[in-house]
Amino acid sequence: MKKKANKRDYSPWMFLAPYIIFFTTFIIIPVAAAILLSFTYFNAIETPTFIGLSNYVGLITQDEVFMQKILPNTLTFALIVGPGGYILSFILAWALAQVPKRMRTVLALIIYSPSMTAGVAMAVVWTIIFSGDETGYLNSLLLTMGVLLEPIQWLQSPEYLMKIMIFVTLWGSMGVGFLAMLSGVLNINTEIYEAGYIDGINNRFQEIIYITIPSMKPQMLFGAVMAVVGTFQAGAIGVALSGANPTPQYAGQLMVNHLEDYGFIRYEMGYAAAISVVLLIVVYLFSKVAWRLFGEKD
Amino acid sequence: MSAFQGTRMNPSKFHRSQLKFLAFLIPLAIFMALPIVYIFFHAFKPIDELFAYPPRFFVDNPTFQNFVDLFTKTNDTGVPMSRFLFNSVVITLIVVVLTVIISTMAGYALSKKNFRMKKAIFEINTLALMFVPAAVMIPRYLLIDELGLINTFLVHILPLLAMPIGLFLVKQFIDQIPDELLEAARLDGASDFQIFVRIIIPLVKPAIATIAILSFQLVWNSVESSSLYVNDEGLKTFSFYMSTLTSTVEGNNVAGQGLAAAASLIMFVPNLIIFIILQSQVMNTMAHSGIK
Repeated sequence: MKKKANKRDYSPWMFLAPYIIFFTTFIIIPVAAAILLSFTYFNAIETPTFIGLSNYVGLITQDEVFMQKILPNTLTFALIVGPGGYILSFILAWALAQVPKRMRTVLALIIYSPSMTAGVAMAVVWTIIFSGDETGYLNSLLLTMGVLLEPIQWLQSPEYLMKIMIFVTLWGSMGVGFLAMLSGVLNINTEIYEAGYIDGINNRFQEIIYITIPSMKPQMLFGAVMAVVGTFQAGAIGVALSGANPTPQYAGQLMVNHLEDYGFIRYEMGYAAAISVVLLIVVYLFSKVAWRLFGEKD
Repeated sequence: MSAFQGTRMNPSKFHRSQLKFLAFLIPLAIFMALPIVYIFFHAFKPIDELFAYPPRFFVDNPTFQNFVDLFTKTNDTGVPMSRFLFNSVVITLIVVVLTVIISTMAGYALSKKNFRMKKAIFEINTLALMFVPAAVMIPRYLLIDELGLINTFLVHILPLLAMPIGLFLVKQFIDQIPDELLEAARLDGASDFQIFVRIIIPLVKPAIATIAILSFQLVWNSVESSSLYVNDEGLKTFSFYMSTLTSTVEGNNVAGQGLAAAASLIMFVPNLIIFIILQSQVMNTMAHSGIK
């Protein structure tokens, strides 16, 4: 039985229509198209031809760069930046919640501000700091201190590029998820703490594990999802820092760059679509883990 | 009996016991702020300080020369910088306003109306929080090509209007508005449209401010539409122009560094100001950001 709605009520679809139109066009259709295209050979000029699973088979068996560099790079980067940035966000939020409001606001603003600056603006600063000659700030500092005898090509050396990417991304990862966790910590009912002390919680660590985290699970999950997304969106950082795609010896090459390389540089659209699908699956799996940890239902 | 007195969350005044947190937070905050402070200094450095060796962190004789150079500079094809800035400002304004309206309308329907697909739509949207646009850049490009949006002004705007995180936050926020309030308004003879404009919108101001900030950051900093979908120089945005500056800063082009730093500052400052003004609204919204 449907309840008869008020006559002057607009249908919910009227309110939803604009959102659904844009959402479908720019999110759902591209994802569906990526899945369809991934089974074809498509060079952006001729009509796509169906080739079944060849793209995926090729990606796993013949693409040496992908298996040797891209996948390990992506996983290393994601496993350090994702959980690392996430744990750091929580620790910062938890510590900030315990200082008075005025100080907290100022500190939170400073910690959040790097995430506002786009990769582009930041690449400027970091390229100057890590500049490869002796006028680079880091080189100059280390030379003066006597740590180095000659300048290091930070952004062109495969040895350092990945580490710098991870560092820069972590620095800029205190974003929306961090704010959500901060407000989560602040909104926990104090009575829950009182009850915990009576039940024999007697140090901060127990308190975090048994009270703080369980009480803010929804915010923890939101933060985790944001961390996953932020991690995979940071793909452009390596190219921005080193100024080249592919990055020197593929040292900072992540899946997003590989995708760009095949799609917009080599025009192998079908193959690029297969990489897209694999990337979407990886993102989804990471989020699934977060859901398992903090979600209330599966 | 342990001496553990529990944690003082959200304390109202300073106490010596908070020093240990501050000892950890303050150095870290300073460290995190360094690159940003550095941009400020760098943007105001005269040419001889940009060239100085060893490089200096602080600026001795601040000057506006970098900004003057930036504003009088045109790119290789003769498009003045101000044109890029104008494009960015117009695009950003349009996108922010439309995103707010679209998200709030959809959030109202998902939160307060009953219909069959309600749950499914919200679930799909929550799943879409994980959507990484870069992952489907190829099909997106093909789609935009099909729609005939290549090289148009609209291509900067349309792809950014559906913001899953915006809908998510505003829906969570509307959830806490009591149904009785809407019911009472209905009994007083308010139409659906009046309820939306006169009750929902004023009450969800914090969420609206938050979406506005997030959408602002997204659009203002976005380079992909300019670099992928637009060939006409006059239609490109300031953030794209800035990325071309950095690509000419291959380490040694010091004058370019000054320009790039000035441009970075112009990119960063609006973000900062808007966030400072609206930060309490954002924190208020974030209290409802949990995913259950």
